[in-house]
Amino acid sequence: MTFTRRETLALGLGAAALAAMPGASFASTEEAIAAFTGGAEVGEGGIELTTPEIAENGNTVPVEVSAPGATSIMLLATGNPNPDVGTFNFGPLAGSRSASTRIRLAQSQDVIAIARMEDGSFTRTSAPVKVTIGGCGG
Amino acid sequence: MKRIVLKGAALAALLATGALAEEPKLIINGEIELPTRVPAPSHMDAIDEITSGWVYRTKETQALQMDDFDNPGMIFVDVGQELFETAEGDAGKACADCHESAEEFAGLKASMPRVNEEGELESMPDVINECRTERMQADAWKWSGPEMSAMTALISLQSRGMPVDVAIDGAAAPFWEQGKEIYYTRYGQLDLACSNCHENNYDMMIRADHLSQGQTNGFPNYRLKNAKINTVHGRFKGCMKNIRAQPFAEGGDEFKALELYVASRGNGLPVESPSVRN
Amino acid sequence: MAKGVKPRVKVPKSAEAGEVITIKTLISHKMESGQRKDSDGNVIPRSIINRFTCDFNGENVIDVTIEPAVSTNPYFEFEAKVPEAGEFKFTWYDDDGSVYEESKSIAIG
Repeated sequence: MTFTRRETLALGLGAAALAAMPGASFASTEEAIAAFTGGAEVGEGGIELTTPEIAENGNTVPVEVSAPGATSIMLLATGNPNPDVGTFNFGPLAGSRSASTRIRLAQSQDVIAIARMEDGSFTRTSAPVKVTIGGCGG
Repeated sequence: MKRIVLKGAALAALLATGALAEEPKLIINGEIELPTRVPAPSHMDAIDEITSGWVYRTKETQALQMDDFDNPGMIFVDVGQELFETAEGDAGKACADCHESAEEFAGLKASMPRVNEEGELESMPDVINECRTERMQADAWKWSGPEMSAMTALISLQSRGMPVDVAIDGAAAPFWEQGKEIYYTRYGQLDLACSNCHENNYDMMIRADHLSQGQTNGFPNYRLKNAKINTVHGRFKGCMKNIRAQPFAEGGDEFKALELYVASRGNGLPVESPSVRN
Repeated sequence: MAKGVKPRVKVPKSAEAGEVITIKTLISHKMESGQRKDSDGNVIPRSIINRFTCDFNGENVIDVTIEPAVSTNPYFEFEAKVPEAGEFKFTWYDDDGSVYEESKSIAIG
């Protein structure tokens, strides 16, 4: 295993600096998933995540998620300093198990959605989003 | 792989219906259609058709402007309305004490900046601050501060759909000439003039950004970049910083002259304020 | 209470009994993430809306847990079932302890 100078420096600075490194939220993504699922197996299918392929600005990225039969849906941004985005918990008067919001993405990355279904099972999907930077760096 | 196949099918369907040839239309609340391409005014030599900055944005950004609830700029219009009704200053007056409603200002944004009775070029914040300092005896607002941005958003919205129509002749001519000269002058370490990007290279990509004609008919606008209302002078300042130049002062003579010239390059495009941009 | 926080909601004025309607909500809030630094290099403390709920006649429609990755001026769109005439209640919870509320009534027919 080799480290770049920057990574080595970050290691020297300890865990706080490490958490700020791109890709470093991988471990916490797994932790966030485990906290939501309680370690249960997560399947696929029956959940749809709509995101732009290219986001013009990472500050405001529209996302929509839908999973018929879900009681709650968690969103995660795997490339953010903290992967947690939010969780939609549907009540008895929810008209559908879907919701839209606008989120921040620090860089190009995969967005993950995981649904807890009425029978207690879990299902997931993900979508890659490219985040662009303005023309003159602004 | 599945994704690509699906896209191919969608594309074929689009081609079959001829939908691909049609450009997206800017229709707000399903009611107000604003033209995004109109013939260029006669004073422009290099461009035949002027286009709204809306056409260069992604469909997600475009959608934000197509519904007044989805448009976050409308939050600031609400703030402007509250300010309009709030008494301030030693005279104990609010805007609403003299002006029945902001609707009185329909058309103002379309004609700004303009030359006033004293022969000075004035922009909307000048008009608002004159009211504040003289009629209300209140402090002037900062040119691009949150209050001024909200108030100009409220007042500009009243002109939505009206074609930009700034005067460039008569008393305005010398200011317009000054603005034109600034537009074509190279500034900063990157040695760029406004025209290098927004006249010679619009519709091209500058890195990942789709360059527009730099039209101002949607200002003040809401930018995703900073999640607030941005003024024309604030945008000019941002551009000058990006090209590593020392910006002129917001509210200063240079930016007001440039604002007039750039607005005149949009004569004929409908006011879109508050537009949504990246 | 954080300065200048303004909720906005969009709910149809009427619906058929049992109809599913779309609701849009937006609240003006900085959503300071806790990841940014000021010009002196000090971390700007996190200050966000951390929860949003929508209830109809006392029954829950949606309850959202919100993290700093939700954008400035948080926006939510979702669907609700309308069994009878009544009132939607919307509540946003701020990190600083403030609670912002808005309500909208809906008629049947």
